[in-house]
Amino acid sequence: MTRRSNVVLEARNLRKSYGDRVVLDDVSLRVEAGDVVCLIGSSGSGKSTLLRCLDLLEEIDDGVIEFGGREVSDPLVDPREVRRDIGMVFQAYNLFPHRTVLANCTLAPRAVHGLSKADAERRARDLLMRFGLGEYADQHPDRLSGGQQQRVALVRALCTEPRLLLLDEITAALDPELVGEVLGIVRGLAEAGTTMVIATHEMSFARDVATRVCFLDGGRLLEEGPPEQVFAAPREQRTRDFLRRVLPA
Amino acid sequence: MTTKVNPAGGWQPSVREQERRAARRALRRRRTAIATLASVVAIAGVAVALLASPGWPRVQATFFDPEHARDSLPAIVDGFWLNVKMFLIAEPLILVLGLAIALVRQSRSPWLVPVRGLATGYTDVVRGIPTLLLVFLFVFGIPGLGLQGVTNSIFFWATAALVVSYSAYVAEVFRAGIESVHPSQIASAEALALTRGQTMRFVVVPQAVRRVVPPLLNDFVSLQKDTALVASVSLFDALFTARDYANYNFNFTPYVVVACFFIALTVPLARLCDWLARRIARRERAGAL
Repeated sequence: MTRRSNVVLEARNLRKSYGDRVVLDDVSLRVEAGDVVCLIGSSGSGKSTLLRCLDLLEEIDDGVIEFGGREVSDPLVDPREVRRDIGMVFQAYNLFPHRTVLANCTLAPRAVHGLSKADAERRARDLLMRFGLGEYADQHPDRLSGGQQQRVALVRALCTEPRLLLLDEITAALDPELVGEVLGIVRGLAEAGTTMVIATHEMSFARDVATRVCFLDGGRLLEEGPPEQVFAAPREQRTRDFLRRVLPA
Repeated sequence: MTTKVNPAGGWQPSVREQERRAARRALRRRRTAIATLASVVAIAGVAVALLASPGWPRVQATFFDPEHARDSLPAIVDGFWLNVKMFLIAEPLILVLGLAIALVRQSRSPWLVPVRGLATGYTDVVRGIPTLLLVFLFVFGIPGLGLQGVTNSIFFWATAALVVSYSAYVAEVFRAGIESVHPSQIASAEALALTRGQTMRFVVVPQAVRRVVPPLLNDFVSLQKDTALVASVSLFDALFTARDYANYNFNFTPYVVVACFFIALTVPLARLCDWLARRIARRERAGAL
């Protein structure tokens, strides 16, 4: 396999602003198959915006996004075609409260990917079972705990068999007890070779699962490297300051 | 939140970005062209179908006669003023009464239990009665009781009938809005130790009202038209005036004139509501990522 075909996603010189507030400034990011890229940085550093831009949920002001070797930031590209192959999980779960867990998970496979009801349900039940949610398939999301809901959201994203998974601070709304059950799943996915970009505040988790860590500060990607290097020997002063604040002494 | 204003606009869009902007402009132009074409075709199609129909000349003479329109106009303007007055008086009363009924139905106070039953009965029964019957009942029935000190004014009782009828509908709209506010909002208001009344007043109702503006507008428009029901109790409103004219001259054009008046009143109101809703949305979601 050539190196080129290994690149799942490449963003170059991304820029995004809201009015005169620049939230992403010249950000470049390259994600290869099997990569687990963790985005770290304080709130408002642009992690979530970056993920939203990658999923084409936000229109970028400048730069290029390539997915599967094709420029997808082109206005002529249908964003839905791109999102078919990308899974996204949000901080606030964003499950559809009027559909059961199973119906949440089978919606996109049936409506977008054309799976039959039986196939979609089989796939969804398999995944739910694997993540310990089998017994909740027929309940409505609001009856579940936060951790369970977030695991359902993960399953919902996985049911479309995406080539890339974007996780936007998926444990930020969970209490510590429940963080583990969600991160455990993500860890399993990482070990299975799922390509992911993860915005996270969980430093020890990032250190464990990331193949690469990116530190964002004020909309700029200040530092990037393997976790051992970024966490143990950060080059930038800002990274050192940030890590000192978030890591237990 | 990190705020970072670009120093002196140091950023220049790249060539690729400029291409993209051109592409977006082209897409927009194409959409505009398609929209224009579709509109022209649709309007022209209807116009042609209408004008080419065999009976069009007769229909035109009966419904769209400029001469009759001009002749009937002054009287209709006078009559329409009565509709507007009725609407302007009835609408605020309906809003207040409707909201009051909705709040009573939502209340949990033991003192209000009898009123709550009454409010439920009121909405159920009133909505079941045709508005026209209510108008008859109020205009002929109440003065017919011969009560002392009660006005016999047709205008007064017709307006009262509309208020009663529409407040029942509007109450249900408000109630739906109130119930659509997420329980977590009530929980957090209660957590701040607000009373139930305060919770309603400061947290629930403001959100509910915003949500129900479109259906409320629906009822407003309907009310505007239903002010014409008073034509059936011989009040010289726009419709009654038009009917009067039509019966004398065997021409329906005045009805079309009346319709134009009602449309002229409704459309600006609809636009105003849209504008209000947009403004609220802009203010509340400003800066949200």
